[in-house]
Amino acid sequence: MHIESVLLLIPLLPLAGCLIAGLFGRLVGRAGAHWVTILAVAASFGLSSYVAWEVFFNDLPVLNYSVYTWAVTDGLRFEIGFLVDSLTALMMVVVTFVSLMVHIYTVGYMHDDPGYQRFFAYINLFTFAMLMLVMANNFLQLFFGWEAVGVVSYLLIGFWFRKDSAVRANLKAFLVNRAGDFGLILGVAAVVVYAGSLDYATVFAAVPAMEGQTISLFPGTEWSILTFICICLFIGAMGKSAQVPLHVWLPDSMEGPTPISALIHAATMVTAGIFMVARLSPMFEASVPALSFILVIGAITALFMGLVGIVQTDIKRVVAYSTLSQLGYMTVALGVSAYSVAIFHLMTHAFFKALLFLAAGSVIIALHHKQDLRQMGGLAKYLPITAATAWLGSLALIGFPFFSGFYSKDLIIEAVKLADRPGVAFATFAVYAGVVITALYSFRMLYLAFHGPTRMDEATRAHAHESPWVVTVPLILLAIPSVLIGYFTVVPLLFGGALADAIFVREAHDVVARLAYKFEDGPFAFGLHGFLTPVFWLAMLGVGLATWIYLFNPGMAETVKQRLLPLWKILDNKYGFDDFYIKGVTAGTLKLSSGLSSRGDGQIIDGWLVNGSARLVGRVSAAVRTLQSGFVFHYAFAMIIGLVAMLASFVLLR
Amino acid sequence: MFEWPLLSLLVWLPIFGAAAVVAIASGMPKLVRPLALAVAVLTFLLSLVLYAGFDVSTAAMQFEERSVWIEAFNIHYHLGVDGLSLPLILLTTLIGVLIIIGGWTIQDRPHLYLASFLVLQGLTVGVFAALDALLFYVFFEAMLVPMFLIIGIWGGPNRIYATIKFFLFTFFGSVFMLIALLWLYLQSGSFAILDLHQLPIALNAQILIFLAFLIAFAVKVPMWPVHTWLPDAHVEAPTGGSVVLAAVMLKIGGYGLVRFSLPITPDAAAALDWLVIGLSLVAIAYIGFVALAQSDMKKLIAYSSISHMGFVTLGLFLAFAISRNTGDVTGAGLGITGGMVQMISHGFISGAMFLAVGVLYDRVHSREISSYGGVANTMPWFAMFAVLFFMANSGLPGTSGFVGEFMVILAAFHASFWFAFVAGITLLLGAAYSLWLVKRVFYGEIANNAVAGLKDLSAREWLLMTILAVFVLGVGIWPFPLIEMMEASVANLVEHILQSKVEGS
Repeated sequence: MHIESVLLLIPLLPLAGCLIAGLFGRLVGRAGAHWVTILAVAASFGLSSYVAWEVFFNDLPVLNYSVYTWAVTDGLRFEIGFLVDSLTALMMVVVTFVSLMVHIYTVGYMHDDPGYQRFFAYINLFTFAMLMLVMANNFLQLFFGWEAVGVVSYLLIGFWFRKDSAVRANLKAFLVNRAGDFGLILGVAAVVVYAGSLDYATVFAAVPAMEGQTISLFPGTEWSILTFICICLFIGAMGKSAQVPLHVWLPDSMEGPTPISALIHAATMVTAGIFMVARLSPMFEASVPALSFILVIGAITALFMGLVGIVQTDIKRVVAYSTLSQLGYMTVALGVSAYSVAIFHLMTHAFFKALLFLAAGSVIIALHHKQDLRQMGGLAKYLPITAATAWLGSLALIGFPFFSGFYSKDLIIEAVKLADRPGVAFATFAVYAGVVITALYSFRMLYLAFHGPTRMDEATRAHAHESPWVVTVPLILLAIPSVLIGYFTVVPLLFGGALADAIFVREAHDVVARLAYKFEDGPFAFGLHGFLTPVFWLAMLGVGLATWIYLFNPGMAETVKQRLLPLWKILDNKYGFDDFYIKGVTAGTLKLSSGLSSRGDGQIIDGWLVNGSARLVGRVSAAVRTLQSGFVFHYAFAMIIGLVAMLASFVLLR
Repeated sequence: MFEWPLLSLLVWLPIFGAAAVVAIASGMPKLVRPLALAVAVLTFLLSLVLYAGFDVSTAAMQFEERSVWIEAFNIHYHLGVDGLSLPLILLTTLIGVLIIIGGWTIQDRPHLYLASFLVLQGLTVGVFAALDALLFYVFFEAMLVPMFLIIGIWGGPNRIYATIKFFLFTFFGSVFMLIALLWLYLQSGSFAILDLHQLPIALNAQILIFLAFLIAFAVKVPMWPVHTWLPDAHVEAPTGGSVVLAAVMLKIGGYGLVRFSLPITPDAAAALDWLVIGLSLVAIAYIGFVALAQSDMKKLIAYSSISHMGFVTLGLFLAFAISRNTGDVTGAGLGITGGMVQMISHGFISGAMFLAVGVLYDRVHSREISSYGGVANTMPWFAMFAVLFFMANSGLPGTSGFVGEFMVILAAFHASFWFAFVAGITLLLGAAYSLWLVKRVFYGEIANNAVAGLKDLSAREWLLMTILAVFVLGVGIWPFPLIEMMEASVANLVEHILQSKVEGS
């Protein structure tokens, strides 16, 4: 088959699956819906793997072509087209693989849900939208995919639309993302104005010409246009990839069913921002101030969101804050120009975080939709496969040597140490401190859920058993890459030039190249050496703390909490971001709105101007009416006065 | 060879069809609805013939018809279409069909109701096709009569206030237009719009004429601050009235700006573009906030309409600022095209949203958001359509709502970052008021017995929703044909308006 037909089928198959399951769900039935959608994604995954094989092993040249012309006006071409290089191929495989796992898992997780077909339609639609995003060769399609994944995320967070908390969360998610998209669309507009095109390749070619140009937002200030564009685009990434201060929607998105937390809010959609920056690396490379901004935002997110994860009691929220923190790590990598490392961490994280979410989901099924860690404990006995895979996922997450997360996280830290730009000092501290915190919250969760004394009520305990194979098989299939993928891909991806056709780094910024010597003896030696690094011992410190507090001294957590009550309150309050947005921004907006509505439109325009004019006309006519007295001499008198006035005016004005 | 006077057919077929509908009402009441539908469908099919025969490569007027009407004053019955009017005519005939289907269940004097809409449709096509300014004026004013009747007879309890407000506002505006047209006639001896495009006019005179036109068309659009008649009119109008008002009638304001204000008084437009741009930005942002505060669904959509029409007026008037600030015309056409596309898209989306409110109103007899909650439980298919339309209203890519807004934001950035910034706020506000409404009406637990007893869409409603969904998605996924239709005329317009018409310059 022609490669272009293959590429077209990859996104269109899930779209077709969505239409069949969504519009004819009743006709095809529950089994029909899951078969259609699973087969669609499986085919999409198979074809993506084929494309990736061709790209990585058969040196398929970079494909960059238009599928159809969306519009042409005023000399500007709006195209829908694909750019397939190593970065795209990697993303396609990750997206379709995790999606496939989540599809299979959903058969078990949503087994009794009345919205079964609708759910499968949504996740198929999501796969379509995400593929359109990663395969785009232009900003128009990027924006389409960007917003489309946002809409599906909205629909899925609010999947249980009867639940008030769910429909609050989805509205919040959409609006916070729109705040980011506001930046993104301004960035895209600036690209069109200054580069004259929406096409990636054309815009990249225009970067040298744009470097000297400036934009003046306020009189007397001049900004480099590339810095302006990059920061605007990154604001979009901050929304989608949940960076502080636009992160507030992600923890609430846990209101959605767990499979989509794994797929959308951990593995794929939230990494769209990371992907975008890497995709647009030729532009970001041209602006060190923008990269510094990215670095600092990422470091803040990595450190402070991880801290909140320590005090969460809902098992999904622990994983959610962990996701925020890990997204922060990826952003830090972008900020030091280590784009390939960011993508590498994106990939390993996609596997182990999807695994952790699905494992949490498996626990939730076993406990009949209870998510509170305080009512778990000792579950390893009942859920051995889930517990084992959760352990593997957690070890990957904390960066235990040889696990996939070890390679990706260690390299982020090494890259930050080598980097030289404003913000690096703080970022270095944040990524080191983050290691302790990651280990602490990860093992806290493991112990509270799977080990120690059982805190469930008797009825729940009696029914707790391992999940069906549709749930455990995806866990196992995700555990394999969570453990191994780093070891096998680190050298070719980062140092073998596999991503070189997609990611551009200026030589002076290229910290990844300067890390190559560490891998001269291969990934095994690097892994062994990993046991000797401070990073490892920091992680062990976190694990030790967690073990001491949560496994050996069950009462200890409460004591620590009482000792550090002010700090605990800050964390439990999530630094007050939600209060600020809800009580400040939202309430303020609504107050302003009702004020403008009743005062502006009601009182001033309608009250004074419109009805006021009507009243004025009424009064004038009433006054005029009194002049019409009916007495002839009144009229004659008025005529004479008028005549005199006219004559006078003629005389005076002549 | 005999050529069918297509445009005349499009104008007069619905009007004579309306007469026929009224005529058969007493004798054959059962045929009233089918006949009205047949007339509307036939008109729509004829407009497709017009589209099929339209040559997109030229900005010249096509399908022209011209005959003397009042010889003494050089007034002609002169019709023709170009890329600016054709899309609006197609929109009008499409909405015409939907209105008849939507009005199928009206029980109170259905023949008059349907006939009013047919007459209105014919006159609207007349407005868009007229190439003689006086003919335009006649259609423009005549349209008020059927709309006045629709709201005044089939409207809500406060319909008298609303109709009088509606009538006075528009009439007040059009008086100024008439004065301007008479002045232009005295200068040129012609009412032919294309002649007026070429007429040199001194700047001071241009400014007065421009302001006169602006008052007339700003009321129609409506622009802030002459917009307050619209929410009242919508609230009192029956569903069909709201649909036609939002989907078609508002577009006459935008059309007037591109057909009269810009080409006849380009220098004044250049001198006063700050005024229009300023009012547009106020409409987009300020009205966006006002929409957020509404508790009545129709009012909310009405305010949303005003905010979205702000994109139209913004896009149309960006050319001058772009040319001034960059010394280049790149982006000027983008703005005008964006404004035009926004008009078409808003026609679909606002029509769909008012129909959706009508679907609920027919069942529950309330427009208050607080009367609903959890409608998705009892009307899942309806909820699917509604979410689509409200998402489109918030400018979602892949729907028509995105196309025009995107182009106007791009063009606005060409002119100034701050224009784009203020316009971009709609990304947030539009989503906020649209989706907050969706949340309160469709999501949550079933709020009350009325909602619990709701029945999902009837076949007739399915048909309406599907047709609109096809257009909303179609234009969003592939706007190419629509934009291709306008391209030559827009390019021609840009070239025309950036040349001074002041004598001697």
